[in-house]
This record gives sequence, C-alpha cells and structure tokens, in this order.
Amino acid sequence: MAGTTEVVRLNVNGDTREVGVPTHYTLLETLRYVLALTGSKQGCDKGDCGACTVLLDGVPTLSCITPVWEAEGKSVTTVEGLAGPSGPHPLQDEFDLNGAAQCGFCTPGILCSAAALLERTGTPTRDEIKEALAGNLCRCTGYTKIYDAIEAAAERMSAAG
Amino acid sequence: MSHKSKSDLRLIGKSQRKIEGLAKSTGRAVYTDDLAFPGMLHGKILRSPHPHARILSVDVSKAEALPGVHAVVTGADMPVPYGIIPWTPDEYPLCVDRVRYIGDGVAAVAAVDEDTALAALELIDVEYEELPAFFDPVDAVEADGSTPFIHDAKKPGWNGNVTKKVKLEFGDVEELMDSSAVVVEDDYFFEGTTHTPIEPHCAIGMWEPDVVDGAGHGGAGTVVGGSIAAEGAIEGSSIVRGSPPGARNAAASADGQTATASPAKASAKPGPGGPAAPPGAEATNRGKLTVWSATQVPHYLHRELSRVLDVDSARVRVIQPLVGGAFGGKSEPFDLEFCVGALAMKTGRPVKILYTREEVFYAHRGRHPFHMRYRTGCDQEGKLQSVDAKILLDGGAYASFGLVTTYYSGQLLCAPYAIPAYRFDSTRVYTNKPACGPKRGHGSVQPRFAFEVQLDRLAERVGLDPIEFRRRNFIGEHTRTINELRITSNGFLECLEAVERASGWSKKFRAMPFGRGIGVAGSTYISGTNYPIYPNEMPQSAVQMQIDRSGRVAVFSGASEIGQGCDTLVAQIAAEELGIPIDYVRVLRGDTDFTPVDLGAYSSRVTFMLGNAAIDAARKLRKLVIDAVADHWEVKSGEVLLAGGYALWVPDTSRQMPVREAFNLAEARHGALGATGSYNTPKDVHGEYRGGTIGASPAYSFTAHVAEVEVDPDTGVVHVKSIWVAHDCGRALNPILVEGQMEGSAYMGFGEALMEQQIYKDADHGRAGLHDAPSLLDYRIPTALDTPELESLIVESIDPEGPYGAKEAGEGPLHPSIPAIANAIYDAVGVRMTRLPFSAPSVWRGLNVARENGTLGKPAAPSRQGVEV
Repeated sequence: MAGTTEVVRLNVNGDTREVGVPTHYTLLETLRYVLALTGSKQGCDKGDCGACTVLLDGVPTLSCITPVWEAEGKSVTTVEGLAGPSGPHPLQDEFDLNGAAQCGFCTPGILCSAAALLERTGTPTRDEIKEALAGNLCRCTGYTKIYDAIEAAAERMSAAG
Repeated sequence: MSHKSKSDLRLIGKSQRKIEGLAKSTGRAVYTDDLAFPGMLHGKILRSPHPHARILSVDVSKAEALPGVHAVVTGADMPVPYGIIPWTPDEYPLCVDRVRYIGDGVAAVAAVDEDTALAALELIDVEYEELPAFFDPVDAVEADGSTPFIHDAKKPGWNGNVTKKVKLEFGDVEELMDSSAVVVEDDYFFEGTTHTPIEPHCAIGMWEPDVVDGAGHGGAGTVVGGSIAAEGAIEGSSIVRGSPPGARNAAASADGQTATASPAKASAKPGPGGPAAPPGAEATNRGKLTVWSATQVPHYLHRELSRVLDVDSARVRVIQPLVGGAFGGKSEPFDLEFCVGALAMKTGRPVKILYTREEVFYAHRGRHPFHMRYRTGCDQEGKLQSVDAKILLDGGAYASFGLVTTYYSGQLLCAPYAIPAYRFDSTRVYTNKPACGPKRGHGSVQPRFAFEVQLDRLAERVGLDPIEFRRRNFIGEHTRTINELRITSNGFLECLEAVERASGWSKKFRAMPFGRGIGVAGSTYISGTNYPIYPNEMPQSAVQMQIDRSGRVAVFSGASEIGQGCDTLVAQIAAEELGIPIDYVRVLRGDTDFTPVDLGAYSSRVTFMLGNAAIDAARKLRKLVIDAVADHWEVKSGEVLLAGGYALWVPDTSRQMPVREAFNLAEARHGALGATGSYNTPKDVHGEYRGGTIGASPAYSFTAHVAEVEVDPDTGVVHVKSIWVAHDCGRALNPILVEGQMEGSAYMGFGEALMEQQIYKDADHGRAGLHDAPSLLDYRIPTALDTPELESLIVESIDPEGPYGAKEAGEGPLHPSIPAIANAIYDAVGVRMTRLPFSAPSVWRGLNVARENGTLGKPAAPSRQGVEV
C-alpha cells in the first residue's frame, strides 16, 4: 500500500541529501519524516497556518502543500538552518529574549518568514512586518512580542553591518 | 504569609528568558509528533457521518485483511465509559452502540503507514440506524421523549438531553429589583468558539507485555508483585476482559440531575462516594503502557488510561512532550489517547495518531454557545442592587466539564462589583454536535459579556461615566462576595485607573466623531480551584528538587508546559531561593513515572500552586545549606544569605564562599540533598451550600480593558484599533511572560468578538450537523493584519497567599475584551450589540434597525444628573 517510491535529491540547509520518498510526499513530510528535520511543523495540513514555512531559494514557502519534487534543484532552508556554528541567528535569540515564542509551534515558520523579510529590508516598518507575517498564524502571543523581536533583531543586524 | 519587597528579590519580578526558549526558536524543541520509534505504526480513526444514530453492526474483517493493517479496534474493545468529571462519565473511547455527532469515533486502525490506515478505514462497514437529531438547545430542553434523547435519562420521566441544572439565589432578588431606580433587561447570545492551538492533538502508545511466566520485562524499573506472578494469567498482546462491558470500572454517576439550593441549606461534601480508583495489581492487562501525548492533564489521562484499558496504574506512564498550544482544548482525555494504547496493546508495536486539523474541530471542547437573559437593577447613585440571570448552555454531545461550566456560568460573576442580590438559573443541554468544554476563561466569558454590557446601559441611564460607575460598585479587598467566595488581594481600581489613563479615556469617551468609539469592561477570574476534579486530600501540586555537587539543581515537576512558562517558573524559584544562576537549574517535567503529581494546566492554577510547591521545596533545601554554612562559620543561620552564586555572611559580606562549596558542606553534613515541596488549597473558605465549593479559589485576579474602535456606518465593518489591558496578577514573577499572557488573552477575546464561530450546517445548507468550517482558512482566527494594537499594563496587588504574591495571568485578561468592544461600538454609532460575533453583517443589521428607529448616532455624554427613568 506504500505506493511508488522514488529517489529525490535535495539541498537542505547546505547539505545535499538523496532519499527515497513516496511519490506523493510533500516537502514537509520529507523534511519531518524522512530527514528527521522536525523543526518545521504541521499545523493544518492544507496551507492555512504557515507553521510549515521554509525558505525555497530564499522565498517563504508552505512546505505542506509543496510536492517534494518542486524542491529539487533549489536550496531549502529550514529553522534548523538559520543558526550558524557560532550560535543562533539574531532573530532566534531575540525571539527568546522578547518572549516571542510561547508554545513555540508557529515559531519555526514565523522565523523563516521574518528571515526572508530581513533579507529584503534591513529596517522594516511595523506594517511591513505585519505584511510579512500575514500567512503565519500564531494563537498564543497576539503578535506584539513577535514584532518587538523582529525589530530588535533588525536593529542588531544593521548595527553589526 | 508576608512577602519580600521587590528590592529583596534578585530574579523574581525581572523578565527572564524561558529555559526552553532557544530550543523553541532553533527547531530543537520536541513535540509529540516529532517523536518516532522503531517499528512505529500509524493509526487513523473512522468517524461517524451521522449526527445521531444507533450502531447496528461494525464489520472490520475486510479492513483487517488489507495487507499492511496490523489491528483494528472498535467500541467493543473498550466498553468503559469515561469523562473528565468523575460524576458524568458518558463517553467511550470509541462509540459502543450510538453515535452522537458527525465526527464521533467508531473504529480505529493501526497500519504500516498513513496511506494504508486511511485505505483500511474505507473498508470498515458500519451499519447505522439514523435517529432524529437535536441541534437547537431549545429543542433539546423541550424534548418530550417522543424521539430518543441524546443520552438515556437518569431517572424515568426526566429529560435525557439535560446535562445539568443549577439554580442558586443569594439575597432577595425580586425585592431589590423592585426597589431599584433603574432596571435593564436584555437577551444575549454568545456563539460558540474553539481553541485552535496550532499543534493538532497527537499521541503515541507503546506496550511492553509481561512475559508468559508472569515476570515483568518492561525494562528497567518495572516491578511485578508476587501475586501477579503467581496468577500468571496472560492474554498475550490482545485486550481481554473478564467482566461484562463497563461493569467493573464504571465510575459512580449518582449525581442528581438538578441542583437547587439556597445559601441557608447545609452543604454537601463533594461527591457521592467519588470515582472508582484506577486499577492496581488486579488489572486484567499485564504489562507496561506508555503514552506520549499533547495533553494539558497528564495526571487525569494517567488515571483514565489505567481505568479504561484496565492496566495497573503503577504500570501506566504518561509522558508530556512540549505542547504546541492548548487553551483548554487538551484538558481531558480524547479518543486518540485510548486508541493508541489499545492498538499498541493489540499489536505490540508503538502506534501514533495525529489528528488532522479537521479532527481537531470535531474534538472541540470549546466555548459553549450561551443563550442568556439578564435583568440588572441599580439605585439612583448607580449602586448595583440586584442581578437576575437565566442561561441555556448548548453543550454538544457529551458532558465534558459541563457540570463545572454550568456552575461557572453563574458563580464567577460576583466580583469585582458588590452585588447585594443575585440569582442565576443555568441549564446545560446535550445537542448532536461536537462536545463543548472549557476554553480560556471557562464558563465565565459569556456571562461577563452580557453583564458588562448591562452595566454600560445602567451607567448611561443614571448619567454616569461607565468607569466611574464601575468604581462606585467596587467590592473591595479582603472580603466575601454575595455567593461567599473569599476575595483576598484586589487591584481592580488600579486596573481601571491604568486603562483610563493609558487610553486617554476622558478626552475620547462620547467625544470622538460619529463612527469612532471607546468602551470599558472589567472582570475577575480564579487562580485555580480549591477543590480538585476528583475528591482527595492530597496536594494539588508538587515538585522534587535535588542539589548536585557541581552546583546544579534538578527540579522534577509534574506541571504541564503548554507555552505559559511553568518550567521557567520553577527554575526561577529554585535559582532565587538557592542563590544560583537560572541556567544552573534543570527541569524534568511531565513524566508520570518520575515527576510528582500536579493536576494539570487548567483553571489558571499553575503559577499559584506550582509556585508555592517550588518555594516549599527550595526553602527546605536552602535551610539545609544555610545551617551547614552557619555551622562552618560558627555564626547564626539567620545571618547567612545565598545569592548571586555565593553564600554570604550578612554582617560582613566579604566573608563568603561559592555556593557550590556551601552545597558540598551541606551534603557532607546532611547526606544527599533533596527535598519535596507541595501545595494544597485552603478548604474552609467556600459557601455552605450545594455548589458553594465551585468557584472557590485561593485568590482572584482582576482585569480592566478599554477598547477603541472605528465602525463603518455603511458596511458595518468594525475595526478595533487598540486594546489597553490592565491586569492584577498579584506579582509579575516574570513580567515579559505575564505581558505575553495578557496580550494573548486580549487577542483571543478580540478574535471571538469579531471573527470566530464554531457553527454547523443546517439541512438547507448541506448536511445538518456537519461542521461549517473545519479548517484554519474558513474558521477565521486573527492574523497579524487583523490584530489591533495591544498594550498591557501590569498591576501588582501582592496576594498574601500567592508565591511571592503572584496570582494568575493566563485567562483573566481575556474576559473584558468582548464587552469592551461591544461598549465601544455603542459609543461609536449608538448600536447595542447583544449577539456574537460582531461581524459586518450583524453590525450592519444593527445599524439599519437604529436608522429606522432614529437612534443611530453618537450617544449623549453622561449628564451626572439624576435618573432618566
């Protein structure tokens, strides 16, 4: 009953990975259940909540409705790929400092959306932040602490050059 | 208890990182669905397509024959009723003979993968006999028995659709209503809403059966008593019962259908004998069951798994990974938790079930729809005289927490205002829809909406500013409510003042142009309940703490981390009391094999109860350490302080040693350093009437909101611009987390006010009883673009019994959101909103009615002149 399995070649967080997956697998299923990158979350299974957001060639993408084959030949960055060897991404640290993650389940997707925003603009306005997060539902925070964290990270990153 | 002043506290009262914060922001945090085990199977649940039907037969043979399917279970495999409230066990893990809503579980499959499990569900043949269904609570309460009730009536002649009736009266309602200068009366409707945590429910079961000679082989630590080994009766890995379905384990359910009482009546102690205890060594199924679950209540799940699956409770282990949001939606056992257990027992392999988002909407247990009628009177000076409430609660298919919800619908209204006479008459009925239960602000958010709108009307009638009106009715601190709840600290006036100032109230109220408005509301909420769900004398919360020679402290905590920060709370307290940095504290939490019992993350009990338990343990350890150091220095114990990583001699702090040395001195003197700490509630502070224990809390929080809105008079679209929320949390132990709870609460209330509704189709619009919108696209919760500016204003009243003076902050701050917005809409356009949600069509209809009546427009400013009757 497992259906057809084929090999897919992915570039995830800088590593090239070749894995066999059922042909109907989404990128999210492949990340979570084949590559054990469980940071990206499944909240709704149909592209409504944004918890599965990853970066595909730098563009925030709903991995739960992206067939895994669409990620071939592109670079995939997940929440696990945002941190560097010397420590967490400034966004990740500021989320912690500002209490921007309560239950933390939407956090990986929101961080990916926010990272893409800060790649586009180093000094986003609050309205630009809201636009960037419009596809990510958070049920805990009311978003205020998330805005604070993103603004603090932007400041820190622009200060660091 | 007297508390230290702010200057004497080093970590408490200052914002701290959460101890799992970086794990959450780097993707390392582990939730239930992130776990996988060798050989793990995937489970799926077959759900009823009918709102009300008898199950005539279930044929699973074709499903069982499908390659890749390892087991199928049905209601017949687990015919033991359960329910979170021990007196109302009215549901089964899978339906036995009747389905009661579209989505009710009927059978479950474990297969090699998800696709196979789904295919197997298609092969299960269920024969149903459809029954007439009840969707409207008014129809349900008026049912005459000519068609089957949703549940069997407890006594002949009773209406089986009624879960609970409560009628309580305090003071002389009619007399004081008659003598009131002004009385307002209205009907209100609160549409049901649901929690929608972003993490769907998920559970994994693992079963380690005893080997045939009766010896345990369930891994390290499994102990099997001699009597079990001697019996040696083993059923392999299948579930076999020696007793007729449900007979042995059915919990007592002798509670009367109607509870009416007057305060003068003598009290009834909780419980008609209480529930059956979970099975012990006599349990039929011999082995060790482990269930990982995204639950808010590992302890109750532990008890019910043991009882329903008939496994020795000492050999059932519940592990709670991090939980991705809950809000009351994961605060009782659900079908998937029993199913993964039963399927693991049948297959001998780990089994995981992850709800789809659609199933989360069916599991529900969200806020009840309330039909409410309120009559409220006050005197010429605006002093409240009398309140009369009649409420019909639409409960859905099962009781859930409904007994408590029915009481809470009335009991929690009696503060922060003094009410000389009060009556409520609440009835909860079953309907053929997913069961309602507790959602953030359990049972009291709906009446608070109605009542605070009534207050706004009264204020207007007596010509008072609504903030001044509320001030005049302040109940005070260290007092009792009319229904005999004990109020200790009370910072409500400070809350009112804070929102009045921050919002610029005096320049805005009745003073902004037509279409713009501002509104106020207040509320109170419990910090936990004085009586646990099942009657017992044991502590409500406990921790165990141990000190390592390295200077590290380990805390074993039974509390439930659902994002509110309870792991950080115990770490902060251990660090504060023992003088070490927070990152020297490790917390092991949520594992019933290793952590002491805490009853769960519900009723806003965690900070108050767990905090006090942690203080208890930490201070026992501190005393051991200080005594050893004092002895070593030959000084008095009272002169030794643990702070900042050192033991210090207070008269001359140059005399000091690293705290690790102090710990080593203490270990040399006392032996291994460990302590338990626990907290139990006061049991002598409730009303002496039936139900008087429900609503009794060790402390109450208080909240005030001001909301500012813009209403488009042509379209009815309401734009909430800002919400100012002031909350008396006693003491903010970790202010950034308190603010997060306040903002999250205001956000959630805002969503309920304007957008959210858990509703079902009628026969004219699809399949009657089918959920209207079981997805996060169609059930609309606020996005970043929808959410107003939220400003949180912490008020600290320093409660005498709270940990360092703290009270709850997780649920109270939601309550005033909705009436504050309703009152702001009135200020903007002169339209009273009495039905939720305040969607554009609903507001638009209100505008049209006002236009026809000639009342559309800016209401008049308060005159403060006498009464217009």
